[in-house]
Amino acid sequence: MSIIIGVLEQGMIYAMMALGIYITYKILDFPDLTVDGSFPLGAAVTAALMVKGMNPYLTLPISFAAGAAAGILTGIIHVKFKVRDLLSGIIMMTALYTINLKIAGKANVPLFSLENIFDNKVLDSIVPEAAAPYQTLVMILIILLIVKLLLDGFLRTRSGFLLRAAGDNPVLVTSLAKDSGKVKILGLAIANGLVALSGCVFAQWQRVFDISVGTGTMVIGLASVIIGVNLCRFLPRVKDTFAVLIGSVIYRACVAAALQLGLQANDMKLITAALFFIILCISMDRKKKVKAHA
Amino acid sequence: MLELRNINKYYNPGTINEMCLFDNFNFKVDTGDFVSVVGSNGSGKTSMLNIICGSIDVDSGSINIDGKDITREKEYQRHTYIGRVYQNPAMGTCPDMTILENMSLADNKGKKYNLRAGVNKKRIDFYRSNLRQLNLGLEDKLHIKVGSLSGGQRQAMALLMSTMTPIDFLILDEHTAALDPKTAEIIMELTDKIVSEKKLTTIMVTHNLRYAVEYGNRLVMMHQGKVILDRNGSQKDNMEVDEILERFNEISIECGN
Repeated sequence: MSIIIGVLEQGMIYAMMALGIYITYKILDFPDLTVDGSFPLGAAVTAALMVKGMNPYLTLPISFAAGAAAGILTGIIHVKFKVRDLLSGIIMMTALYTINLKIAGKANVPLFSLENIFDNKVLDSIVPEAAAPYQTLVMILIILLIVKLLLDGFLRTRSGFLLRAAGDNPVLVTSLAKDSGKVKILGLAIANGLVALSGCVFAQWQRVFDISVGTGTMVIGLASVIIGVNLCRFLPRVKDTFAVLIGSVIYRACVAAALQLGLQANDMKLITAALFFIILCISMDRKKKVKAHA
Repeated sequence: MLELRNINKYYNPGTINEMCLFDNFNFKVDTGDFVSVVGSNGSGKTSMLNIICGSIDVDSGSINIDGKDITREKEYQRHTYIGRVYQNPAMGTCPDMTILENMSLADNKGKKYNLRAGVNKKRIDFYRSNLRQLNLGLEDKLHIKVGSLSGGQRQAMALLMSTMTPIDFLILDEHTAALDPKTAEIIMELTDKIVSEKKLTTIMVTHNLRYAVEYGNRLVMMHQGKVILDRNGSQKDNMEVDEILERFNEISIECGN
């Protein structure tokens, strides 16, 4: 039981990050490696603020803002300085490593003794004793649902339409007398905001900030997006954003299963890479880059 | 009035492949004109359109609209008053978005793309009646993704979308070239209807000499970055396809083909 709850908790925390990757990879068609830096950025900002005694709930919007700022910088590097998309992300990811260390102060900041969004006096006094084991899960679910619904809502607005158009056909955005570069920057801001938010929740859940927490974020997120979207493709009326959540939980379940089978945590990266490769081959998603139709 | 003044444009400057496309090129289009532009490949037709729209920069010279210099304006800024339809039907629509979403996007051109609802429900009937005039049955497929439509259907939508909001200039870049003859005919008739209804100043590049003769009130032939034939009004009305073909042959002989 505790394993299932753990899978759900982690899966849903990473789902917020996967939603960010969904924006860059699926909507904008931009392979954004910034996320490997913006995930720990959210965690670092959270750790620094919590150590200073800030209300843990306030760290959520602040982390989002920090991630958005990182995304904007990646966007500016790409759009204004015409650096290729992949390289712009790598530049920011590399820079963020140092910045994250400076923000957090050191490579490992324990947060065990501090109140967090799952565990604080106010919450403990409201939630009945019997529901306590599910307190964390429900809190994550609430945050995730809010994020998903806000994102769904945004994608239905005029600004959201333009964002989708920018990934689909940038020429059309220009034809609409809009700067497709600015739209890309907006998309990167939202995406990295979500990734940092996910990092923020993750740090509070794990009760520790660790500089290496972001390694492989991109791959985990991409795997979640691709698993989710391809699995749910055959189901009618399932939104992509919901599919991404499912994908993230499934990915976590696979990881948990692998660990249960006795694999070492150190083997995980190799297994992740192999899994990811297989998923890409099966889903044929790599062909998306060959834009014969547009 | 649209005016290109003393345009100079070189490709690959400073290299061994340097090629002069435009050398002191001048071109004027009066407001309300419908100009057909013909010419061989590499004659500079599409480059001229790209220069007008700002897709490529000029080395020197200026682009003026009603006396206002727009040479420094960016491509997307110029599109506030320019609508463009491309040869490739995929360029004018978003394949992953539905017909309704595409129409809504186009309808909002010139306004803010803010957090208001993307689809304005009150406009749906307007979109339907707009689509109905195409006679392609698209008005009953509002929730279908544009990517699943045929090239002709997409081009028809692209034409509708680019002219939906008030614009001054319509730029047509071989917009019937990728279509079958029947569909091309439909799109051409639709183009003519929209242009005369909305009184758009139009520049149409085409390889179809019959369209060039049949439509519009002015015909221009380009060759090696120069205008070599320019007819308008009654002069153009009396033109025949054979006459243009003859000029084409002369050009080819000059080139040694």
